[in-house]
This record gives sequence, C-alpha cells and structure tokens, in this order.
Amino acid sequence: MKLKKTLSLVLAGALCVGALAGCGGGGTGGTGTPAPGGATPPPEGTPAGGSSAAGSVYYLNFKPEADAAWQELAAAYTAETGVEVKVQTAASGQYETTLMSEIAKTEAPTLFQVNGPVGLANWRDYCYDLTGSKVAGELSSDDFALMDGESMAGISYVIETYGIIVNTKLLGEAGYSLDDIKSFEDLKKVAEDITARKDELGFSAFTSAGMDGSSDWRFKTHLANLPIYFEYEADGIGDTDAIKGTYLDNYRAMWDLYINNCTCAPTLLSAKTGDDSVAEFVTEQAVFYQNGTWAYGDVADLGDENLGMLPIYLGVGDEANQGLCTGTENYWCVNSKAAPEDIQATLDFMYWCVTSETGLEYLCSGEHMGFVIPFKGNLESSNYLVNIANDYVSSGKTSVKWCFPTMPSEEWKNVLGSALTTYAADQTDANWETVRAAFVDNWAAEKAK
Amino acid sequence: MEKSIKSYFPIFLGPTFLAFIIGFIVPFLMGLYLSLCDFRTAADAKFIGLGNFVKAFQDGEFLHAFVFTALFTLTTVILINVLAFAVAMVLTNNVPGTNIFRTTFFMPNLIGGIVLGYIWQLVFNGILSRYDLALKISAKFGFWGLVVVICWQQIGYMMIIYIAGLQSIPSSLNEAAAIDGANSWQRLWSVTIPNMMPSITICLFLTLTNGFKLFDQNLSLTAGEPMKQTEMLALNIFNTFYSRVGYQGVGQAKAVIFFVLVVALGLIQLKMTRSREVQQ
Repeated sequence: MKLKKTLSLVLAGALCVGALAGCGGGGTGGTGTPAPGGATPPPEGTPAGGSSAAGSVYYLNFKPEADAAWQELAAAYTAETGVEVKVQTAASGQYETTLMSEIAKTEAPTLFQVNGPVGLANWRDYCYDLTGSKVAGELSSDDFALMDGESMAGISYVIETYGIIVNTKLLGEAGYSLDDIKSFEDLKKVAEDITARKDELGFSAFTSAGMDGSSDWRFKTHLANLPIYFEYEADGIGDTDAIKGTYLDNYRAMWDLYINNCTCAPTLLSAKTGDDSVAEFVTEQAVFYQNGTWAYGDVADLGDENLGMLPIYLGVGDEANQGLCTGTENYWCVNSKAAPEDIQATLDFMYWCVTSETGLEYLCSGEHMGFVIPFKGNLESSNYLVNIANDYVSSGKTSVKWCFPTMPSEEWKNVLGSALTTYAADQTDANWETVRAAFVDNWAAEKAK
Repeated sequence: MEKSIKSYFPIFLGPTFLAFIIGFIVPFLMGLYLSLCDFRTAADAKFIGLGNFVKAFQDGEFLHAFVFTALFTLTTVILINVLAFAVAMVLTNNVPGTNIFRTTFFMPNLIGGIVLGYIWQLVFNGILSRYDLALKISAKFGFWGLVVVICWQQIGYMMIIYIAGLQSIPSSLNEAAAIDGANSWQRLWSVTIPNMMPSITICLFLTLTNGFKLFDQNLSLTAGEPMKQTEMLALNIFNTFYSRVGYQGVGQAKAVIFFVLVVALGLIQLKMTRSREVQQ
C-alpha cells in the first residue's frame, strides 16, 4: 500500500513536470524551427559554453526569397566564429504580426527590421542607438541611416529597384521593342494591341495582377507609390498628413490597363497569387510583369538576353526622363532590450556580413541574395536586373523615390487593396470612389490615429 | 470508495488543474488587465483605464462584424441542427451501410479549420471561375461559402450526438404512442423531440458558440474580403490587434467584450433549453 501511494505520487509529479516542460518548450522552442543546416541551439540546462557567454544572434528576416541564403550565411558565420546565429523568416505579409509575438518572448529577436518612419513609430522603444557602431561606419552615405531624432534607430541594408519587367523576346514577337515604349500612352497602345491579338499571339500583355496576400503589395504599395511620389514632387514635400490624390486618375488608368490586359478575367484577380504571376511570366504567357530586382531569381530562367525593365509610366511629369523606382524599405534595427552580450554579438554579425568576403558574396552575388547594399564593400552585381537599373541611372534618368514608407499604416494598405480588388471585379465609378476614399480619406484618418 | 476518492483526488486533479491555471486562468486574467492598458507587447503595459473600450464601441467595423457573425450563427445553428437531426434519424432506421455513412459524415471534423478553409477556397474558386467569378468579390459568396464549409464540417459531429440521444429513447415509448394511434409526425414532435432535449441542448450550445467563435475558416476562406464585409468578430479582433500601430489594447478590449457576449449567449441558451428537458 505504501509503495502504491509513493508510486502514484511520483507518477503525478512526473505528469506535472511533463506539463511544465511542455510549456517551457513552447516558449522557447516555439520561436521556430532551428535553421536547417545551421547550428542547433544547445538544449536548455546544459552548462553555458563559450558560445553563449559570447552572446548569440537571432535575426527575424523579412524577405522570404532570401531565406535560404540567410540560413547558409548564418551557418557559415557560426562555423567561422562559433557564435550561434538563428535566422527565422516571417511569411509574406506577416512580418509585423510575427515580430509582435516574437519580441514578447524571452528569446526575442536581437536583429529585426522596420520599413521606415511609420514602422519605426511602432518599434521606437526597441531600437538600439547605432550611432558610432562599426557597421554604421561602413555605410556609404548617412542618407541610408534611419534617424529617430538624434538616435540612429536603423540602417538600410539593401537598395532595391522595381518597375515593369519585360520579356523582350515576346515583345519582339508582338512586333515591338523596348524603344517603342517611352510613355504611358505607348505602353497602353502596345498592351491593348497585344490583348486584341491575344489568341493569334498566344500570350497576354500583363501577368495576372493577383490580389492574394502574396501579391497584392505590388499594387496597394508599389504601384500606389507613383501617385504619391508625383504628388510629393509637385508639392515639394516628403510626407503629409493629408494626401490630396492629385494623380489618382492616372493611377486608375494604369490599374485599368493592368487588369483588363492580363492573363485572366479581372473578376478572378482576388484569387491569383504571386506564384501564379511568376509562373505566367516564366512560361511565356505574358510580356509584362511588375516587380523588382529581388525577383531576379524567379525570372532568371528566361535568360538575361530576354529580360528588360521599363519604368512604371503614369502619364505624369517628364516621362522621357523617368527612371525606375529605387529606394529601400528595409532597415536593420538591433533590439535594445536584448542582453548586452547579445547586442554585441549582433553588431559583430552585422559588421561581418557587410565587410567579410563570405558575407559580401552572399549579400551581393546574384546566385544568393543579389542585393545592392549601401555599404562601402558593395560588389559589382551579377543580378542582371540590378545592372539594368544601374544603366537607367547612368543614362541620366531620374529615379522615382520610394515614398511608401510614409504610408500611414498597414491598415491603410489593406483597405486600399480590398478596394482595388472590388473595383477590379466591377469597374464602376462608384467602386472607384471607394478606392479614392481608401486612398485619400483613410490616409488622413489613419495618420490621425 | 468515497474515502479513497477523497484522499486521492489531488493526485488526479492536480496536474490537469495546474495546466489549466497556466494555460487558461493566468492568460485570461492578464488579458483582462491588458484590455485596460496601452501596450505593444504584454511585457510593458501602461494602465490607461477604459479608453480602449470606448474606442472599441465606436468602431463601425466591429459592429458590422457583430451583425455579420450573428446572421451567420443564426443560419448555421438552424441548418446544422436540422440537417444533423435528419441524418441521425435516417441512420438509426436500419438503412444498409449505416456504419460507413456515420463514419464518412463524421470525417470532416478530423481536418483542421485552416486547411479546410483553403481546400474549400480552391473548390469554390474552381467552380466560380467557370463563370468568371471568384469567392472574394462578393460578400454573398463569402457568407454562403462559410455556411457551406461549417455545415459540412459540423453536421457529422452533431449527428453523432443526436444518434446517441435517439438510441437512448426506450422503443416502448414510440410503440405505445403508435398503438394509441399517433402518426409519425405526432410521434416525432410529442415523443422523440421531448426525449431528445438533452442532446438538443448540447448541440445548440456547441453550434451557437462555434458560430460566434469562428476564426480559422474565416481567415483562410475569405480573410474578410471584400472590404471587410465577411469579417467575423474573432477575425476583427485579430486584425485590430495585429495590423494597427498602437491598437493592441483596443483589440484586447474587443476580446473581453467578445468573451462576455459569448458567455451570456451560451448561458441564456442553456437556461432556455434546459427548462424543456423531460425526465423519463
């Protein structure tokens, strides 16, 4: 009897421990699977080795397309220095959500990113002042630092360019060349001509302007940048609390062109994903594909000789000298609430990424991330789209700035995206009024919040 | 027996109770406190009083989500229970292949909500695309799409509960009624249903609360599109919490309102149906 009692107590105790360990595991192990191929973190409770004394790095990566490269780079750094680096990537469109839950954990990301002033407003309290750090000293210009008053809250780590990627081979088959398209009117003419001869040619003008979450940022954020940019230019400002929507009619004309000359009926766009769009472009079902230099890996299979890029013409301003849209919305921030040794480890890792041979190779090579980085060590790129972008700049075209980091909130973008989808399905003036309200009225409303 | 239950209950209850405290009571109390705070992460919250609740009640989208959810719940409670009851009646009548049918109808329950939503999204879009339409362009499609998915998922589960209820009614009651000259409708209304009230109580409670709490299927099937018109309460709370800078507290306040609402509705429903239960 005595034995039985003891046994049952032990069993109940074991169950409790099991339940508690389960919770503990959920708190730490739940932060994500360890980097595949990377070092697995030492199990809890093992004596602290040299690596934990030196701190560790946890990078919450924003770019799904660069995930594999980051995992390899992290493994290379661990192999070289013994410092543990964990990289986790948030799903497309889920970065803020993921960051919010990750940063509340005990093992919070030590390195995360914000998209500019608006993102910074949310994470201000978590941004370590990078002034005077070694990595900040490597910046090729102070313009690439994100300042919060006197404090350097973030530093940009990639400069990117987007426009309309063109399959020049198909464009040739349709009887045109890139030189034929110098303005919105030209683009409209070519696109509508291709649509008219769609059955005969066997391809469409544009890939589907998918409004699924994996693709809608191309239109609610990147395309929407253009009317904002031209308005800012006309008014000579860099941000505003109340957008006027001066060029919304041009935005509408462009959106009409996209949705009515693509591979599918405009009513189907809500279900189309980013992958659908890539697939249509790579399998030569469409000539034009709005995206940026980061998409090189997806489209490289077509062959560099068949690729070109066009500015997104809106029929506004000096179209003859309009270039591609170049800028950044990727700022590295170091979590100021992390342990001091982890902060130091993170700063060392960042410095290594932008100065060491391996780091630069991974960041800049077209085989890996193919970034243009705003650091002194930037390498000549083997990303063909980047080279096209450089050609635009060297031929004296004026790059369109990225103004979308000044968009009031994620909510603003989401509402605009829904409105665009609704309009695409039923292109009436009433539905465009919803888009206008989402753009203009909601801007003021969200900025006021 | 009684004595050993008394002396051993902490051993059996302790572990579960501990888990319940950690996984439920503590987060719930924290949630109550956080609804009165301005915060980004649960670790650093600043007390601000009832401001979050004021904002939550002023939010038109929240009210729309409430109306949409109420309509949805009403529709699904009626459909699921009527259909599940009918299927249960059929499958207790010695139809050939009863066991296969019961198993098959129950199976959709074994699939998680997110997966279910995505699968059905493909099914619906596959059909609608033949007419150049898509699920997310109309709130009507979204509403009925959700209704279909939830019915498909839950009818089987409720059916099992109803079957158990039907089997526990002594056949002598129905036989006696038949001898007294009652036709099958009269037997259904006067004998079967009154004796089924315990099952009906449970099924109504489950479908009512499931309808109000619905999140996974809503997120994966329509994600609130178009223009948040198919956004239900739980999804609205999630979106408030995550997609707006500084609105975490308001999201938390909405969650508290939501909790009170679901508990109140559940209790009212329980009281109403319990009072109709009969003792054999």
